[in-house]
Amino acid sequence: MSEQTTEHPLHFRPDEAFRARAKAVVDSPFLRQSFRGAMDFLMSKRAAQFPDADELETLRSLGEQIRQYNLSRLPDLLLQLETRLTANGVKVHWAETPDDANAIILGIIQGHGATKMVKGKSMVSEEIELNHAAEAAGIEALESDMGEYIVQLAGEKPSHIIMPAIHKTKEEIARLFAEKVPGVDYTDNVDALIQIGRNVLRRKFLEAEIGLSGVNFAVAETGTLCLVENEGNGRMCTTAPGIHIAITGIEKIVEKLEHVPPLYSLLTRSATGQNISTYFNMISSPRKPGEKDGPEEVHLVLLDNGRSQAYADEQLRKTLQCIRCGACMNHCPVYTRIGGHAYGTTYPGPIGKIISPHMLGLDGTSGLVTASSLCGACGEVCPVKIPIPELLIRLRSEAFAEPPGHAGKPSAMRDQGAGYSPLQAAIWRGWAAVYSTPALYRAVSWLGSRLRALTPRRQGGWTSVRTPLQPAPQRLRDLMKQRH
Amino acid sequence: MSARDRILAKLRRNAPSTATPLPDVGAWFADHRPVETAADKAARFRHFIELAHAEVHPVDADNWLDTLHGVLKARGIDKLLVAEDTAHGDAALDALPPRGIECSVYDMAIEAWKTEMFTATPASLTGARAAIAETGTLILWPDQHEPRLMSLVPPVHVVLLDATKIYNTFFEAMSHEGWKDGLPTNALLISGPSKTADIQQTLAYGAHGPKELIVLMLTAKEDAQ
Repeated sequence: MSEQTTEHPLHFRPDEAFRARAKAVVDSPFLRQSFRGAMDFLMSKRAAQFPDADELETLRSLGEQIRQYNLSRLPDLLLQLETRLTANGVKVHWAETPDDANAIILGIIQGHGATKMVKGKSMVSEEIELNHAAEAAGIEALESDMGEYIVQLAGEKPSHIIMPAIHKTKEEIARLFAEKVPGVDYTDNVDALIQIGRNVLRRKFLEAEIGLSGVNFAVAETGTLCLVENEGNGRMCTTAPGIHIAITGIEKIVEKLEHVPPLYSLLTRSATGQNISTYFNMISSPRKPGEKDGPEEVHLVLLDNGRSQAYADEQLRKTLQCIRCGACMNHCPVYTRIGGHAYGTTYPGPIGKIISPHMLGLDGTSGLVTASSLCGACGEVCPVKIPIPELLIRLRSEAFAEPPGHAGKPSAMRDQGAGYSPLQAAIWRGWAAVYSTPALYRAVSWLGSRLRALTPRRQGGWTSVRTPLQPAPQRLRDLMKQRH
Repeated sequence: MSARDRILAKLRRNAPSTATPLPDVGAWFADHRPVETAADKAARFRHFIELAHAEVHPVDADNWLDTLHGVLKARGIDKLLVAEDTAHGDAALDALPPRGIECSVYDMAIEAWKTEMFTATPASLTGARAAIAETGTLILWPDQHEPRLMSLVPPVHVVLLDATKIYNTFFEAMSHEGWKDGLPTNALLISGPSKTADIQQTLAYGAHGPKELIVLMLTAKEDAQ
């Protein structure tokens, strides 16, 4: 995208330029075709995994109940997880902010005098922008998921939470490899490109002192970190280096091991339409005496970063049910047209719109919650039944209602009323008065039909893509009169 | 107050006063996953793992080493990493070297031979603890005899599976074996060779782990095809 040359492509970008970024993608038939094709592919793959509507509905309900049960006990479960992991020999760290999390991770790395880190796919590590913090500290942080490796080589961020390089064609990737990977000639053969990545990264797995990963499910009763993947890079990062650091949001926790199979099945079938992923990696401790491989140290960083704000409100808490499958973006007509980068946030698409305001405040994200047609597809496909459209409406009122201090009621949201405009509020108050007072309505509509020539040509957002609104020469009331 | 205490205090302040009811996971599986015969489970396991690009060979106790030898020779592989002190590893150590396959063993910590593991170990043989029919999945519990990297680093991974140990679902496997009462350092589900579709949704095998997964399905002699 062209604006990436003028904005720093790797940092969170506030939403002032959201419309411009979205327009750039909408205007590019090439990018639109990329996203349209990819989303159609993922939607049909998911549909093929759920041929039985009853099975899908009951499994979604089970997934929802499991997530809600575990969220309702979240503080207790976090303590149970910490106790079990500690007993297993895993060190647990707590971070309130991205800066705290980066400081903890860099502290562990520097404490060992290490300089080389390989990373498995972790959206939470993107959320805290760990790669910048590592770079600033002189630590190499190399992404090892093929898609993440590609976007890192290109100096970009992922455009999709499951398929990070979904916006790129194989020809672009071929040019990127030929330019950036030493000794590589241009080839757009996908198998050959993957083998190039494999060879570069195998060398890194061999050399790295630190392996970083995310977590898909953390099981409290056993003290187990579960990772879902197809490539094997997650297993490499958590097995080959001497130190493994896992990072996760505080909400990714389940009490019971038996909660994992339904969620895991919903995750892979909803995300990529696979009945299961190639690997399911369950880690419960560092290397034990006598074992011959695996890290000597395992750390878990638990990150809040606004999740406790969502937790504070019964309705907004449902945001935390998310298992990060990406089905909402795959089915979103807005995401399909504007792609993942336009949002400017780590998490794009419908889930991004409802989680980002908690992480970043409504000040920088109030535009995002309006970028929805409320068609409802995201809520329909969500494997854990998050009512995303309802939450979007709620966040719109949080963003645009009068802020507390005036007439507004304070809520749990940071930057409540960030998008509030006194002028717009006054217009709507006038509108309400006209439509609830018959005499006033008659007077205003009469005046409107007489003064219609004075209607402004530019009417805010309305006329950006539509012809101006203009009162009719004769009111409905007048037309009805003429019929009698 | 530490970050931990602040996060927990904030959550506690706002937690619901009563927990929502514990979902009955077992009931869902009982309603939706019928019990299957051993033969049906074996067939379903094979169907799904082959769909995921694994190669399956039915074998019996007398011929599995011949099949293993054939699988390696067909690929021009003359070196195999095996686990000492396992029945299958020791059997391979006895049978294969005289037939031209050099067998190396994982007898020291990885730090002592990491480069060799990554650059000069073309194939490995491990056992599987059990399997799952619903998804065509192998269950491995690596241990000190058969460490974690054996099933990950070598480009060809051969797995010996006892076909009588196939569960219907992942849920059944963990419930029946009582996993909640004790998990090993690392437990793994493996459902095919390593793969990726990260370039233009085009499926490619051999991303970072094994390029080929070969399953030797061990059945009683009269059942083997």
